[in-house]
Amino acid sequence: MTSFAKQALAGLRVLLVLTVITGVLYPAAVWAVSRLPGLHANAEAADTTSVAVPREGEQWFVARPSAATLPASGGSNKGERNTDYDAVIAERRTEIAQRESVGQDRVPPDAVTASASGLDPHISTAYALLQVPRVARENGLPEDRVRELVAEHTDGRALGFLGEPGVNVTALNRALDSAT
Amino acid sequence: MSSTVAGLLQVGLLIAALAVVYRPFGDYMARVYTSTKHLGVERAVYKVARVDPGSEQRWGTYALGVLGFSFVGVALLYVLQRVQSVLPWDFGRGNVPPGMAFNTAVSFVTNTNWQSYVPETVMGHTVQMVGLTVQNFVSAAVGMAVAVALVRGFLRHRTDRLGNFWVDLTRGVVRILLPVAFAFAILLVATGVVMSLKSGVDVDGQTVATAPVASQEAIKELGTNGGGVLNANSAHPFENPNAWSNLIEIFLILVIPVSLTRTFGTMVGERKQGYVLLGVMGALWSAMLAVIWAAEAHGLRALEGKELRFGVPGSALFANSTTGTSTGAVNSMHDSFTGLGGGGALLNMLFGEMTPGGVGTGLYSILVMAVIAMFLAGLMVGRTPEYLGKKLGRREVTAAAVSILAMPTVLLIGAGVAALLPSTADALNNPGEHGLSEILYAYASASNNNGSAFAGITVTSDWFQASLGVCMALGRFVPIIAVLALAGSLAAQRKVPVTAGTLPTTGPLFATLLAGAIVLVAALTFVPALALGPIAEALL
Repeated sequence: MTSFAKQALAGLRVLLVLTVITGVLYPAAVWAVSRLPGLHANAEAADTTSVAVPREGEQWFVARPSAATLPASGGSNKGERNTDYDAVIAERRTEIAQRESVGQDRVPPDAVTASASGLDPHISTAYALLQVPRVARENGLPEDRVRELVAEHTDGRALGFLGEPGVNVTALNRALDSAT
Repeated sequence: MSSTVAGLLQVGLLIAALAVVYRPFGDYMARVYTSTKHLGVERAVYKVARVDPGSEQRWGTYALGVLGFSFVGVALLYVLQRVQSVLPWDFGRGNVPPGMAFNTAVSFVTNTNWQSYVPETVMGHTVQMVGLTVQNFVSAAVGMAVAVALVRGFLRHRTDRLGNFWVDLTRGVVRILLPVAFAFAILLVATGVVMSLKSGVDVDGQTVATAPVASQEAIKELGTNGGGVLNANSAHPFENPNAWSNLIEIFLILVIPVSLTRTFGTMVGERKQGYVLLGVMGALWSAMLAVIWAAEAHGLRALEGKELRFGVPGSALFANSTTGTSTGAVNSMHDSFTGLGGGGALLNMLFGEMTPGGVGTGLYSILVMAVIAMFLAGLMVGRTPEYLGKKLGRREVTAAAVSILAMPTVLLIGAGVAALLPSTADALNNPGEHGLSEILYAYASASNNNGSAFAGITVTSDWFQASLGVCMALGRFVPIIAVLALAGSLAAQRKVPVTAGTLPTTGPLFATLLAGAIVLVAALTFVPALALGPIAEALL
């Protein structure tokens, strides 16, 4: 037997043992611990507010544009100097300005750019406030009440400096649902 | 607080966390690879696998062990994917097609974790756990084993033995990767990372795919693997839900490559030798972070392909860390970066993955570059170069040169041929010079075993699956064989005493030489290609 074959056979035996340890026992152990109260809800994404999907209807806050094809996730991967994509962005800006009855210059950048996952749950405060008049009107709520809801569902930076602030659209729309 | 100040504080917290664990973790890893005792579970592994942990191997046998182990790894992972339809939790996703299964098998065994597949529609939970997660562990342990064998080459004299590959491999998995990954998988679940055996979850009437993410997420980052459990990788809220999980994942990416410089210093008995490597790695990492961050902050469409919760600072920090190591996980889409920002990520890979590089691979790559740097210094003063008490003669420099040149060779041939193929134009997602950048990035990622992508490019054709697979294999194993040959020839030498003519390798002169060698080799090799892609993009 050649020495490569000998090493490969030893390798196969080692690999099978390590497969049991790292491919069966390890994920099983992590899964078992993730069943503990306090972790279980996270592990099953029970409240699903960490993701946003498009919701049909004028009465909802609109999330960022998505390039994902559900159930899969993903971004547009369009480069900065892709002129075809410039047209797509311009079209989004026109649509949003029309929908919110404002000038195009008031449409914030996150409103016209696709997120990396296509499931980004957050929008900027500026984009949320832009949508307040329409959402209030369509739901028959006072604008102040809707603005309160936006504030309640704004996530700040962890420890005051980790990450970037944003308004969680999924949580906000659900709160809106129960407020009406 | 401005985004920039918050981002700087975030970088500060990351560095502080790495500094806290650097000594204890680095020294712990040194003990793992120098201890003469076997743990009970390790003895059980050796017994069941019928390998003798007591016998030390020559460099050739050690290399055959790496090759044999990786070969059966590819075979097993290929078969698992090809019979997926009979395995549990496949959710009707069926058998993975042959070209894709080959590419994926090579990809995960070589620690590249390039993904030509969309996990949510192609990969079931069984292959993810029993196949992909396993290679996340063992491919990382192989990298550490090779690094340790090279360090032993410097340490030992007048011997032809480098250690036992099976022992180094098993210890890396059992004593380092497994406990750390387990603890951090639980911590990640606590931050909100998903660990579900279901195929999906209903969100406001639509289904979003789920998976057992946390267990693979922890080792994906810790082992500098980078293959996403879900398509959007660490941009997916189920893989990386918030700023905490983001910081933890970046920490995991960096912790082993950074701490291994301490392991190295401790093993060779002179800690400064490790600090100087860390200094060079850290300086280049910081410089590239500044470039990518500044470029992205001034992007015309800064938020395209980025998640709002990470913003520009959290995305730039992740992108720099994932390409400076050989990880390749992404929390933003590099394809949508600016010419300079995306070019920076590409350049990180073209440095040869040593700032600070992958798990083990970073350490052995920078040691090889140190050999090259000392050789260049020796040429300048007309003296046979030495490093760590070993003479760097023809054999040593040849092995180092082969190791360094493998990556550019396969990269430029692969990308060159791809650019000439008429079918490639249809595979690109962006026109003009950015299209060429997509091709360059793909072959740089494969040849450096990184795995990140300018992901707009469609790589499912037979040409891409096969050529990128070959680049991954050659980019991994040619350097490994050369590094082990170098280790073998170093170990066979006697120790040369330090004299007045010895160039000290702990000071700023050596650090400058080493950093210069890293930058120069990359620049001399890649400037023509970069000029047509990212440089053109950045200037136009």
